[in-house]
Amino acid sequence: MEQIIAGKAYVLGDDIDTDQIIPAEHLVYSLSDPEEKKNYGKFALSGVPKNDAGLPEGNQLFVREGKFESEYTVIIGGKNFGCGSSREHAPACLKIAGIQAVVAQSYARIFYRNSVDGGFFIPFESSDKLLKNINTGDDLTINVSTGTLTNNSSTKTLKLQPLGEVAEIVKAGNIFEYARKAGMI
Amino acid sequence: MGLTITEKILAAHAGKDKVIPGETIWVDVDVLMTHDVCGPGTISIFKEQFGEKAKVFDPEKVVIIPDHYIFTSDKHANRNIDILREFVSEQNLPYYYDVGTENYKGVCHLALAQEGHNRPGEVLFGTDSHTCTSGAFGMFSTGIGNTDAAFILGTGKLWVKVPESMQFKFTGQFPDYIMAKDIILQVIGDIGVDGATYRTMEWTGDAIMNFSMEERMTLCNMAIEGGGKNAVIEADEVTLEYVKKRTNKPYNVYHSDQDANYFFKKTYDASTMEPVVAKPHSPDNKALVRECSDVKIDRSYIGSCTGGKYTDFLAAANLLDGKKVAVNTFIVPATTEVFKDLESKTLNGKTLLSIFKDAGCEIGDASCAACLGGPKDTFGRTHGTEVVVSTTNRNFPGRMGSKQSEVYLASPYTAAASALTGRITDPREILN
Repeated sequence: MEQIIAGKAYVLGDDIDTDQIIPAEHLVYSLSDPEEKKNYGKFALSGVPKNDAGLPEGNQLFVREGKFESEYTVIIGGKNFGCGSSREHAPACLKIAGIQAVVAQSYARIFYRNSVDGGFFIPFESSDKLLKNINTGDDLTINVSTGTLTNNSSTKTLKLQPLGEVAEIVKAGNIFEYARKAGMI
Repeated sequence: MGLTITEKILAAHAGKDKVIPGETIWVDVDVLMTHDVCGPGTISIFKEQFGEKAKVFDPEKVVIIPDHYIFTSDKHANRNIDILREFVSEQNLPYYYDVGTENYKGVCHLALAQEGHNRPGEVLFGTDSHTCTSGAFGMFSTGIGNTDAAFILGTGKLWVKVPESMQFKFTGQFPDYIMAKDIILQVIGDIGVDGATYRTMEWTGDAIMNFSMEERMTLCNMAIEGGGKNAVIEADEVTLEYVKKRTNKPYNVYHSDQDANYFFKKTYDASTMEPVVAKPHSPDNKALVRECSDVKIDRSYIGSCTGGKYTDFLAAANLLDGKKVAVNTFIVPATTEVFKDLESKTLNGKTLLSIFKDAGCEIGDASCAACLGGPKDTFGRTHGTEVVVSTTNRNFPGRMGSKQSEVYLASPYTAAASALTGRITDPREILN
């Protein structure tokens, strides 16, 4: 697990559902074929309405035309991030697009589990009101061991919530590695 | 302190006397269900983690129901069905409902019920968020992703954080124009789309217990739209009557204790309920149907695991019989069994299918169809700025295909009444 995650922020609002993260028509691609799965990067967040895409301004593409990866590294979300379907294609597409962490006020249950158990990225939570001051394009640094996020664009640092019961799975990498370490499989 | 049904089921499957909400436990899984959208990903993770030659934990406990992208020319979607077939044959799985055969069923959540895979007291996981539907049978059921499903395929176990329970009690009698869909939309409107996150939505009260199994499934189906981990209704004679026709496997019936602990309890007077819609673009954007009577619609859609069951179509046929629809109206039975019911069951001496055809509706084959948009050639999918009244479960932007279309979620009564007038219409306007 990377201890320092650094890169640009892409900011979204409340209740970002899995149909916005990856519209259902794209769920036909293989997640194991290296070439085919690139399509998930291409279409990641393609269902977000234009005005809500890259706040506060909106109208900012997460992945540029013709590209398969995003220039952004961290997603900042509001409450209930990842609500809706159980499709694991949702955290997978964000990872394939190059996302290394999501920081949101809260998550929908299945998306949260999928992110952790699949080892796609760390779904951090934060109730810090500074979260609302982050703009799309801001340069962020997350320190995983201290549980802090620094906005290098404003030089402010906010606190991330402890990972709680999933910390051991996050540390192991995914549910399989966790179970192997625990001697379950 | 007593326990809720959910706590009792989870404790029994974790080999414990009791569990406490918030506690993380490992449970033994009775049924794992997957379908064509998430099955291939699950299978590839299973093989990657447990080996190319690995065998599933118990073939009797794996159920595979292709239902999402069935009637499409999309080559990737069709390839995904082939992956399921190959896995089923390699693993010798007895419960596979293959496309293009007599065995094909359609939407997994209703097919699970109709084929006897829902049994009180059991633990069922499925790679679909609406797996919470099965809670209508007094069991624990919830949706998971491909990784968790692959873990279950290999081990028969999964970790669960024990949810707190919320109790929704409806007493008295619902007016005859009220359907379970109105009730779940009302409650989600009250608690919000994350009002039940990490929690159980337990339904109780005489009005709930007077619902048929199909209506109970509608209630539990949309728990996920409130963020719920699971929904549950205790099994009673109605449940056991339904289950006994479909399986002879043994099961256990659990009841919540009088002194069980609830995070929240709310009692509603059933007689005061009114028809409700969820306006675009969120299932908690509640309004009374009569408050939306100036909203013109382009389409009415009656189908899906939420609103495509026999009782849903019986309600719609009640309003459409002998009349003509004013807008494009799509009828999509959830399963092939429902389709057969449309062909064989009658109202006023006519089959439901002939009532729909005579009214000018378009009839689709059993599948998830346009509930979640899907490939471009999906039956009933939106492609432009359509305003749709739909009996499905989600109205997020782009959910039925086009990001520009607007979806109002409603009961089959409201969808049928609106189909006749071309605007959102309270069923009382037609019934009276």
